[in-house]
Amino acid sequence: MAEPMKIRATLQGDVADVRILMLHPMETGQRKDAKGEIVPVHFIQSVVVTHNGKTVLDAQWSQAISRNPFLGLRVKGAKAGDKMSVTWTDNKGDKRTDEVAVAAAS
Amino acid sequence: MDVLRRSFLKLTAGAGVLTAAAAAGLVKSGQTWAATWNKSGFESKAAADALKSLGASNLIDSKDIAITAPDIAENGAVVPVAVTSKIPNTQSISILAEKNPFPLAATFDLSGGSESYVSTRIKMGQTSNVRAVIRADGKFYTAVKEVKVTIGGCG
Repeated sequence: MAEPMKIRATLQGDVADVRILMLHPMETGQRKDAKGEIVPVHFIQSVVVTHNGKTVLDAQWSQAISRNPFLGLRVKGAKAGDKMSVTWTDNKGDKRTDEVAVAAAS
Repeated sequence: MDVLRRSFLKLTAGAGVLTAAAAAGLVKSGQTWAATWNKSGFESKAAADALKSLGASNLIDSKDIAITAPDIAENGAVVPVAVTSKIPNTQSISILAEKNPFPLAATFDLSGGSESYVSTRIKMGQTSNVRAVIRADGKFYTAVKEVKVTIGGCG
């Protein structure tokens, strides 16, 4: 279930522009499948972004976030090569962590 | 896909009870790991209750909050929403779609190093106000933007 995230962190001045794309069904628990059975609720509840080990964003989500969620944020005081790590946890306890290095401005 | 969505939407009205059951199941699995997840807020069915769960009373309308979202969203399943706050010491940003079955969509706690900006994509069941609530220095600031939804996406 836990597919790798796509993370891009690009430096703009001393601010890192971080864009994260997660792969997750984000089921609302209100949708029915072809057999008319409710698809169980299954969504990412928590997303934590750290910059060189320091938490910069701690997000709590509901099922109202779209499927294959996108998250964008900007982190101040970043340098090229800094580590940006993203961890999500869903309501079934599945977890996924991915890390990228901040890329210099292109 | 679209056919499924259509038939789904017809069924949504009757799905409330089952949703509650699903939510109850969620509570059990959620408790084991997430003590901080704002359960009462995310399960609130009215925007006012969700705001209460955030501790947001005496909301101050602010022009320093910019909500970037389309005026008309063709597909309610994917509505891009970005919130930028110019309020100093912004500590958290919450996003609510007021007419969704569960209005509170997300809360972002920002700590040192993050600019007061988040961008994401949410689902919207119908045309509604998207409300951003900013917590800064213990005060709550808010702004709204109406998004018209042509095809609902709460499925």
